[in-house]
Amino acid sequence: MKILVPVKRVVDYNVKVRVKADQSGVELANVKMAMNPFDEIAIEEAVRLKEAGVASEVVAVSCGVPACQETLRAALAIGADRAVLVTSVVELQPLAVAKILKAIVEKEAPSLVILGKQAIDDDANQVGQMLAALLDWPQATFASKVEASDGQVRVTREIDGGLETLAMPLPAVITTDLRLNEPRYATLPNIMKAKKKPLETVAGESLGVDLAPRLTTLKVVEPPSRKAGILVADVAQLVDKLKNEAQVL
Amino acid sequence: MTTLVIAEHDNASLRSTTRNAITAARRLDGEVHVLVAGGGCSAACEAAAGIEGVDKVLCADQPACTDQGAEALASLVVAMVKAGTVAYTHILAPASTFGKNVTPRVAALLDVAQVSDVVAIEDANTYVRPIYAGNALATVRSDDGIQVLTVRTTAFDAAADGAAAPVEAVSIEAAAGGSSLVGRQLTESARPELGAAKTIVSGGRGLGNGDNFQALLEPLADRLGAALGASRAAVDAGFVPNDYQVGQTGKIVAPQLYVAVGISGAIQHLAGMKDSKVIVAINKDPEAPIFQVADYGLVGDLFDVVPQLTAALG
Ligand SMILES: Cc1cc2nc3c(=O)[nH]c(=O)nc-3n(C[C@H](O)[C@H](O)[C@H](O)COP(=O)(O)OP(=O)(O)OC[C@H]3O[C@@H](n4cnc5c(N)ncnc54)[C@H](O)[C@@H]3O)c2cc1C
Repeated sequence: MKILVPVKRVVDYNVKVRVKADQSGVELANVKMAMNPFDEIAIEEAVRLKEAGVASEVVAVSCGVPACQETLRAALAIGADRAVLVTSVVELQPLAVAKILKAIVEKEAPSLVILGKQAIDDDANQVGQMLAALLDWPQATFASKVEASDGQVRVTREIDGGLETLAMPLPAVITTDLRLNEPRYATLPNIMKAKKKPLETVAGESLGVDLAPRLTTLKVVEPPSRKAGILVADVAQLVDKLKNEAQVL
Repeated sequence: MTTLVIAEHDNASLRSTTRNAITAARRLDGEVHVLVAGGGCSAACEAAAGIEGVDKVLCADQPACTDQGAEALASLVVAMVKAGTVAYTHILAPASTFGKNVTPRVAALLDVAQVSDVVAIEDANTYVRPIYAGNALATVRSDDGIQVLTVRTTAFDAAADGAAAPVEAVSIEAAAGGSSLVGRQLTESARPELGAAKTIVSGGRGLGNGDNFQALLEPLADRLGAALGASRAAVDAGFVPNDYQVGQTGKIVAPQLYVAVGISGAIQHLAGMKDSKVIVAINKDPEAPIFQVADYGLVGDLFDVVPQLTAALG
């Protein structure tokens, strides 16, 4: 079976972003970019399924600017077999990404699409569910365990109250949570090999889907900052402050 | 204008997140209808009907909804909207794992955008939401005909009881979903729910292991009547179950008092707790970033400090 894994290029998780002075967005110039961590988990899971003999091919796909090629090369270095870059001149919002992915799914006919549960830039947590809806496929979001076998997949999901296990017939959509696996580090030989793996570029505009943004960002501001607190000397002073100053005890 | 709130419940009772979502819906100035979809959910329907500001409860007590799968619930909501008996302008759910699972499916089937994690409603199509782990707040406008939202529960108070809204049975049937429930392993706890707790004691990697976590933090939480939370590192290391995780990609909390023990204060953790009223940090590293957001910081070894604190509260 073939697995499709969409990956997004985002600001690295270690970077604390700054809001632009004109409130139009966050500063992205000269900021370190990386693959969305949840997508790394998705690629890792797909590659493990291939290594276990369950999957036959892992295809990574990214939507956006030409620099997303770097993200795709990173996916290939983890072990994806080939990659598809869907370029777009307009800003892509979750619904548009889901529509692009639907078009790619129709072309590639994978049995499973594994996505990150959210991208750590817009924190929207939408694309996997939207894609599943557009394809009329079952979904299992926030996965911490995936067991796939002939025509079926069993997924344990992290939910607010604990864990939930679902069984789904294939094809299906899965989104990853943090505990699903720990992605490997790409080795130098694998990074070199990744450079030679096929990477196809498709113009988003050629797919015949509506890519127009639906949401308009009116402004982006910094959140109110907390005022600096104090260090207390010992437990007695802490308890005193909590009782008499903060009045939370 | 009419808003349809998708209730989160376990058939017998409503989750408190539903009350936060109802408060958000009331900010939209129209009628508020609450959909309770489940199996044997009449008690949850009655509870919803009693909440102030609710105009009508729609009860979908159907076999296809028993497990509250995303496919079935989304198909039901979309069919209700398309039936057009009521011209819903907004569809709203709490930004919990339940809401996040269902609403994007609804939005895609209606071919509209979703606005996730709304923290403020400016008007009928303009909202404020955090991006980049809460390091920026974006004001966004949706021009779609139906607005699909999830709301951050800590940003809206829980609506109180005080109504007697009519309960109507939903005649539209949900389509059976492709996924089926195998089972649930819910964390049993006598403690308050993390998302709604007034006080939270949260532990990080500094606790070293699950036994220490229990031995040190349980007694402190008992004294404070607190819920227990954790950093991702503590969950990943298996000290506590996944549902304890506070942060950008876990639970968002805003209690009156948040006590962070052996937590460094990574941006992903701060994203989940920096709206707490009072933050206390206990950490042996004076440079730990958690001290930059703490109202009261205590630099020290948690293995000494926590038992002292528990004793002092006795
Ligand atoms: C995609 C992604 C999503 C993430 N989502 C989340 C999230 O939702 N929530 C979250 O919490 N994290 C999240 N993280 C992880 C986050 O980046 C940090 O790695 C994590 O929060 C660190 O947890 P910690 O503070 O317990 O551990 P550490 O950073 O290791 O800190 C341990 C602290 O304990 C202190 N300590 C050690 N021993 C003692 C002692 N004896 N006495 C007192 N203090 C002591 C140390 O000084 C240190 O400050 C995410 C990361 C990524 C990449």
